Amino acid sequence: MGWFKRSKQENSKESSVNIMEGMWIKCTVCRAIIFKREVDRNLKVCPKCSYHFPMLIAERVELLADAGTFQEWDADLVPNDPLEFEDTLPYKTRIQNAQRKTSRQEAILTGSCQIQEITVAVGVFDFSFMGGSMGSVVGEKICRAIDRAVIDHLPFLLVTTSGGARMQEGTLSLMQMAKTASAIANLQEARLPYVVLLTDPTFGGVTASVAMLGDIILAEPKALIGFAGPRVIEQTIKQRLPEGFQRAEFLLDHGMIDQIVSRKVLKSTLATLLSHCGAGAVPA
Amino acid sequence: MREYLDFEKPLKDLEGRIAKLVKSKSKKNSVHEAIEKSTEQLAMMEEELFANLTPWQRSQIARHPQRPSISDYLEELTENMIELHGDRLYGEDRAIIGGLATWNARSIMVMGHEKGKSLKERMRRNFGMAKPEGYRKALRLMKLAEKFQRPILTFIDTPGAYPGVDAEQRGQAEAIARNLLEMVKLNVPIIAVVTGEGGSGGALALGVADRVLMLEHAIYSVISPEGCAAILWGDASKSSTAAAALRMTAPELLKLNVIDDIIPEPLGGAHRDLSLTAKNVSNILETYFKQLEKIPLPTLLKQREAKFRNLGSFSSLQAGAKKVKTANS
Repeated sequence: MGWFKRSKQENSKESSVNIMEGMWIKCTVCRAIIFKREVDRNLKVCPKCSYHFPMLIAERVELLADAGTFQEWDADLVPNDPLEFEDTLPYKTRIQNAQRKTSRQEAILTGSCQIQEITVAVGVFDFSFMGGSMGSVVGEKICRAIDRAVIDHLPFLLVTTSGGARMQEGTLSLMQMAKTASAIANLQEARLPYVVLLTDPTFGGVTASVAMLGDIILAEPKALIGFAGPRVIEQTIKQRLPEGFQRAEFLLDHGMIDQIVSRKVLKSTLATLLSHCGAGAVPA
Repeated sequence: MREYLDFEKPLKDLEGRIAKLVKSKSKKNSVHEAIEKSTEQLAMMEEELFANLTPWQRSQIARHPQRPSISDYLEELTENMIELHGDRLYGEDRAIIGGLATWNARSIMVMGHEKGKSLKERMRRNFGMAKPEGYRKALRLMKLAEKFQRPILTFIDTPGAYPGVDAEQRGQAEAIARNLLEMVKLNVPIIAVVTGEGGSGGALALGVADRVLMLEHAIYSVISPEGCAAILWGDASKSSTAAAALRMTAPELLKLNVIDDIIPEPLGGAHRDLSLTAKNVSNILETYFKQLEKIPLPTLLKQREAKFRNLGSFSSLQAGAKKVKTANS
């Protein structure tokens, strides 16, 4: 039975998350069938092509923060339904479903932690909460985290993964782009480092605001990053997209990001980088 | 030649019937009465139709092929226009035009999306869908305005930022994001007017202003109704439902504090009377620029930041915490 279920899953248009539930998984990028436990042991990195699978938010914090140093901020903020939006499901129901599924109130986690003893303000997007979409709460939490960073003279690290602005909050979601950009302008005036880590996938209004404004922009290998989604572009230009289009490597080649960093060295790279930017001691 | 939208068909039919009667040049009393009666009926019909527009109908007016564009407003309202071209980095994007002009005895920096009218011009202007070089040109002009201490006026009318391979390669997202960040801190008064279609990030890239105004039938949205229908309903034919759900019309956005004021349009839409529309635009701009010119720049910048900072709607779970709801307040 199990075999049939699995093969059906593998044949379907897989999202990497669904596939992660089986014993074997298929790499989103190289399509190799790989043993799930091997991927998990390998920081969720494909052993064949080094594609970095999406991490759960808790895994990301564990990867980056010194043990026991993470403190969450603004966990009490919850979305309203200002438009009383309803598509095939009411927005309120979608929120409840996402909250039940993720045990979180919204699509971003913010707080402070230490990275090799350097204290930083952080934000981590959660793709499993409505595609990591940015609505009023995400915008507000990013702004509040930056406010605290400015007051406490902390660098700000943002780990992105998002489909873009949240449609169910309409133009108010669009305005979160301007709102977060204004907070980042304050960070800039305070001469505090702003480091962005782009992870798979990061698109739309999030790319066109917080994600592309980092002083330093890092990305995980093979992450898809862009403004318009590949399907929209294909429909517009009516041509097949070039190989590797919108992958992190493509962005690096076009001068859009500083570095592609593998998970194994992510924490140490961040610590060195932050030290160079004036947080903590000068790296030895 | 007037172009009719689908929902204007009853008007078109009635106007056709009246024209036929007039053409008959009949001196009969009955014909004369019929013309009079039909003309009255037409006026009532038009009044009623445009007083009860659905959001989808409004978006059709906002995208009307004859909708006045920045070029029309510049022609009507300004003198001594010196157009400025190019982003100095890659190229010249004709989807956004801008330059220095005299308006109401002021030198201003004015810029905005231009969709074009004829098919040929529309193609040259890429239907008002800018690429990174367009947003970077706009930013260059804004920085010049800051240097010369000239107020900035932007006209917004775009389906959105261009979704193409070349735009992505040159950093479409970065170009938009950079404008948002820089506009918040620009040391001159800024007014943005959404004249037609305020399409998502491509619109906002010219929209971080001290006052955001909207023409009565303009729309401003995070995504097009067609795009939203395709993604959330999986059915592009649900566009009119999506248009309503997105609350993209001027009256609804005024309630949500996304915009500051609405500029009235002549009956039937801006394209029915350009000079009247332009006059309405100019009058309201005069009021708001006068208001802004009285505010010291440091205060103005603080207010601009606060304006965008307060946009959104959320609550706190904390016991006894006051429900935070900035929109609708």
